[in-house]
Amino acid sequence: MKTIRMKIITVAAVVAVVYAGWMAMSSSANAGSLKIGMITTLSGGGASLGIDIRDGFELALKQKGGKLGGATTELQIVDDARKVENAKQIATRMIKKDNVDVITGIVWSNLAMAVVPSVTKADKIYISPNAGPSALAGKGCNKNYFNVAWQNDNLHEAMGQYVSDEGYKNVYIMAPNYPAGKDALSGFKRYYKGTVAGEVYTKLGQTDYAAEIANLRAAAPDAVFFFLPGGMGINFMKQYSQAGLTTDIPLYGPAFSFDEGILKAVGDAAIGMFNTSQYSHDLDNVANIAFVAAFKEAYGRKPSLYASQGYDAALLIDSAVTSVGGNVSDGDAFRAALKAADFDSVRGAFKFGSNQHPVQDIYVREVVKDGDGVTNKLVGKVFTNHSDAYASECAM
Amino acid sequence: MPLALFLEQTLNGLQQGVMLFLMAAGLTLIFGIMHLINLAHGSLYMVGAYVAATVTSLTGNFLLGVLAALGAAGATGMLVELLALRRLYGRDHLDQVLATFGIILTFNEITKILWGPQALFLSTPEVLSSTVEVIPGVPYPAYRLFVIIVGLAVCFFLRHLIINTRLGMLIRAGATHREMVNALGVNIDRLFTIVFGIGAMLAGLAGAMAGPMLAIEVGMGENILILTFVVIIIGGIGSIRGALIGAILVGMVDTYGRAFLPLIMRSFMEPSAADTVGASVSSVAIYVLMAVVLIWRPRGLFQAYGG
Repeated sequence: MKTIRMKIITVAAVVAVVYAGWMAMSSSANAGSLKIGMITTLSGGGASLGIDIRDGFELALKQKGGKLGGATTELQIVDDARKVENAKQIATRMIKKDNVDVITGIVWSNLAMAVVPSVTKADKIYISPNAGPSALAGKGCNKNYFNVAWQNDNLHEAMGQYVSDEGYKNVYIMAPNYPAGKDALSGFKRYYKGTVAGEVYTKLGQTDYAAEIANLRAAAPDAVFFFLPGGMGINFMKQYSQAGLTTDIPLYGPAFSFDEGILKAVGDAAIGMFNTSQYSHDLDNVANIAFVAAFKEAYGRKPSLYASQGYDAALLIDSAVTSVGGNVSDGDAFRAALKAADFDSVRGAFKFGSNQHPVQDIYVREVVKDGDGVTNKLVGKVFTNHSDAYASECAM
Repeated sequence: MPLALFLEQTLNGLQQGVMLFLMAAGLTLIFGIMHLINLAHGSLYMVGAYVAATVTSLTGNFLLGVLAALGAAGATGMLVELLALRRLYGRDHLDQVLATFGIILTFNEITKILWGPQALFLSTPEVLSSTVEVIPGVPYPAYRLFVIIVGLAVCFFLRHLIINTRLGMLIRAGATHREMVNALGVNIDRLFTIVFGIGAMLAGLAGAMAGPMLAIEVGMGENILILTFVVIIIGGIGSIRGALIGAILVGMVDTYGRAFLPLIMRSFMEPSAADTVGASVSSVAIYVLMAVVLIWRPRGLFQAYGG
């Protein structure tokens, strides 16, 4: 008899505890829950960029105990494999079926151009942790679209300014033959004051640059500006160094050709080159020091600019959800809270301009070798509170 | 245009052609002899590059890395042939394309699981990291010269193998009179596995040789695969000689196109338009070459062994 009574008590206790726990969970859901959809590139070429963004975002979410702004956060991560059709399909599902509050994650401008307008039209918030095509910064700006990374031209503009400041007057410029490549060179030329020794568009995904390097040497410029993201940059830098040109004609580029993953693959051949970035892992501010330490501890590598952008995207959402007390259903209040950008960005000073794109400082970094291998070192600041060239076309 | 620059671009074209030949030789053998479209040939190239980079960084010796790449790519190729491709010989080309495309995806994912998504590092071996003035006034990378020499050596070796050895005789006979060879008591299955292994080793060699020049990353094989198909179509499917001539032609046309078309365009267009148009035209130059060759000779420049 005694044992049966014990059993009943035990069962009752378990039921009570489980029920209480369930109540607690559902009540917190009432206080505010948040659904975030992340569409990013996790497989195929360029996967390392998406992985960095995801890891940065997840690190912030983990640090906040799974709750951004105090709201229980459900994060759905889906791989787009860098394909426009995939990204569109995933976005449609997230908007119509899963009814997410916020979408983020897209790496590439062509994917962003295909997805963002449908997200903003469905009155969902899109927060870009990377791509910043000019069309979405100017006439196509939207109250539901926020870019927490940069407008595409920004880093190239900074390099144009920097090589002019360094006194170079005859620079050879190179980019792949696709829209972001043309934006890159026009961004560079917007701030570069010297003459252009040669302007070359290469094939997208090109592997061999021997012909371009030979022409480049024959043109005898004082410096080279190149925008070749991902594997293309690795190919070019390796071959440039094999041609023995690194010391004669210095290379300059945006941080996209010099992220931590690329530097690991290029090795010593990249030492002594300069690049512009809104972020660097050795930026000296409290938020960044804590972020770099936590990122290294969690993933065993240095954070790249992409990782910092993913992390900042999560912190931005966290700040806005906190400010509206977990209630994201009031669109106007939530957007106003996002626009305030009241968080400590790991890049230091950060605010949104009128077109909801960053107003931020842009730095120049040198590639050096330290105890851990080849990495970036901050050497100076090119722009303070730099905005983009398209903000004036935005009607917001 | 200065002569030195022209000669340098010729060397570049030759070097690119030689790399393409290493890939095309294997692909054309497999296609010509087994009638198998193997899209996964690029995956074997990737295996070669990854193994070469790993072994070189472990041992510090590039030569060991290349040998390991040859072994690994050859073994992987034979394994894939035994497990999967053997079942496809009698099937339609479309089935082969689908199946070998599936193999590409599988290899890409396995590589990402084993090595991670970030590109691997492989430096130029110390002795070849300098430049040599083969053309006066033009310092040319020693490593690229090395690639040209290795490629030409492989070419002579293959020629010897096919013309002068018993294995070569069986390969030639197997391509034209498969049933007869079988009836004479030759194990045709084993012959196919060996041919596939040779093709795979050549792809592995190409991958290892490309390692110090290119990004070693998942999907690197797909880029070169498309060019390789252009080469064997131009050269004539199944012909090693065709693969060599086709590879050099494609290498030259691609290099000259990229190097000189924008310059030529500039003589009758304004510079900014010339740069864009030149880049676009040069990127289709090899396909124009392919179309012209196919109109002139619908079966390619050389036909395989009278077949």
